[in-house]
Amino acid sequence: MLAEKYRSQIESTLAKYPADQKRSAVMQLLYIAQSEYGYVTKEAMQEVADILEIEPTQVASIVGFYSLYYDHKAGEHHIQVCTDLPCALRGADKFAEDLCAKFGVKLGDTTKDGKFTIEGVMCLAACDKAPMFQVQNKEGIKYYENQTVESAAKVMEELGKK
Amino acid sequence: MEHIVLRHRDIPDLHKLDVYIKNGGFEAFKKVVTTMKPEEVIKVVQDSGLRGRGGAGFPTGTKWSFLTKNRPTYYVVCNSDESEPGTFKDREIMEKNPFQLLEGIMIAAYAAKANVAYNYLRGEFWQVAKFQDECIAELRAQGFLGKNLFGTNYSLDVFTHLGAGAYICGEESALLESLEGKLGQPRLKPPFPADKGLYEMPTVVNNTETLTNVPMIITKGAEWYKSIGVPNSAGTKVMCVSGHVNKPGNYEFAFGLTLRQLIYDHCGGVPSGKKVKAVMLSGASSVVLSGSDDILDMALDYDSVAKKGSALGSASIIVMDETVDMSWVLLKTCRFFKHESCGKCTPCREGTYWMLNIMERVGKNQVTKADIDLLNNVASQIQGKCLCPLGEFAVTPMLSGLKIFRADFDSHATDAKAAAKPAPAKAAPKKEAVAG
Repeated sequence: MLAEKYRSQIESTLAKYPADQKRSAVMQLLYIAQSEYGYVTKEAMQEVADILEIEPTQVASIVGFYSLYYDHKAGEHHIQVCTDLPCALRGADKFAEDLCAKFGVKLGDTTKDGKFTIEGVMCLAACDKAPMFQVQNKEGIKYYENQTVESAAKVMEELGKK
Repeated sequence: MEHIVLRHRDIPDLHKLDVYIKNGGFEAFKKVVTTMKPEEVIKVVQDSGLRGRGGAGFPTGTKWSFLTKNRPTYYVVCNSDESEPGTFKDREIMEKNPFQLLEGIMIAAYAAKANVAYNYLRGEFWQVAKFQDECIAELRAQGFLGKNLFGTNYSLDVFTHLGAGAYICGEESALLESLEGKLGQPRLKPPFPADKGLYEMPTVVNNTETLTNVPMIITKGAEWYKSIGVPNSAGTKVMCVSGHVNKPGNYEFAFGLTLRQLIYDHCGGVPSGKKVKAVMLSGASSVVLSGSDDILDMALDYDSVAKKGSALGSASIIVMDETVDMSWVLLKTCRFFKHESCGKCTPCREGTYWMLNIMERVGKNQVTKADIDLLNNVASQIQGKCLCPLGEFAVTPMLSGLKIFRADFDSHATDAKAAAKPAPAKAAPKKEAVAG
């Protein structure tokens, strides 16, 4: 259960907001839930709702609205390549395509071993260092900039060993 | 020129608290808390001519002066949601010059009579937020944050709040909704945040770069700040330059530099000596401008850019060379705005969907010229009909792009290709003749 396992983290999150505005902590609690379960399960939504004393549907709407929450199982590591305009002007589309080809998947798909989901995403505010991607996994989110297919594959290889 | 916002480029290790303090850090905050009234702080910022760096360019001090009087609680929220394609300045500030931003937030909080301030960071800035938390913890430990600061009765705390991937949260009322734990959808205005903001209390929302200017303004004075830049655009601006330049990155200059100077003198020009075909000055939401001499010689300040029918906005300058098909650019921007529309207003939600639908067919050469006319029509139907600027943002590049670079769209039309072939025996369809 999140409430017991992450008590101090939850308490310090709640302490940021007025006592009668617990709902503000929903986004941080969902990150905790996602890190614990790999994605935000129905049960996790209920747990978060119970902690914050709000309805599970209110939690579910947050999961649906924001793009960094997942309500279904995907790869252990989300490899999110920015393919927005400024990155694309510096070859991000081809980079994403070649990276997918190297791992034998289509953009948005998960590798057969369940390790990686390679996605094309909207601007990540690193336009001057394209091609770039972020890795989202249990540990959080990390940026990798000025990448080539080779350097990206190396990063993924290291991640795969974990 | 010495940097104001990107001061870490002049002073090594400025991200360390002891280095920041050695270089005058938190003297401005101490000065306001111990010797100035909140109204006096607001007056200095107003006199400096500082304008919002997030895009709207609204005078910062004036925004602060709008706070409704005599309410029990006030808030300051820093907008570090930085999500506009082409913008990457706030991240550099938070990574390299975090204490100057925090000091700016703290001075704004004092001016707004707020005892709590939040920095809302986009969810992807996970590592940046972690670093900000560490910086804030150091400030608490050193007595710059907490109760009865410098022996006065003023208390302040600052917290980070991490978003989770939604461009719309850069819009201030959507950001406040998100901070309250709700969907990031814009509020109907009025009431404005200065009256009813976070938790229905008067709130100041300012961009990261804007607030990072504030400590230096307090230390060196309004007149000093005003002496930098040009009339009506005081101070410096961090320009994020991306796309087809040899040296993309952040550049901080006093307002008034020309676009040509920026691209050719500082960013190393366009790769392979190609010509500039188009520029977008404020990211994906900007007016598409041609790379004509007239545009390249335009000074980068609020008024000069407005005279050319565009806006400097956040100065997220995307440069495109002569090889770029502008219909592809618009396909990219359409995809972005369709993805980021929050769904609250029908014209934006449906309009961005249909614009993307047509643009995807442009990309596959499956359109007629009439379809391209329809793009104009759909875009015009969104304009002026939405609660927040996102709808306008989606339309702005489309309408300007179609106006200047219509040929790039038409080259994908099946009927345009037929017309371009050697003249057949029969005359071109009537519609063509009229359209021409």
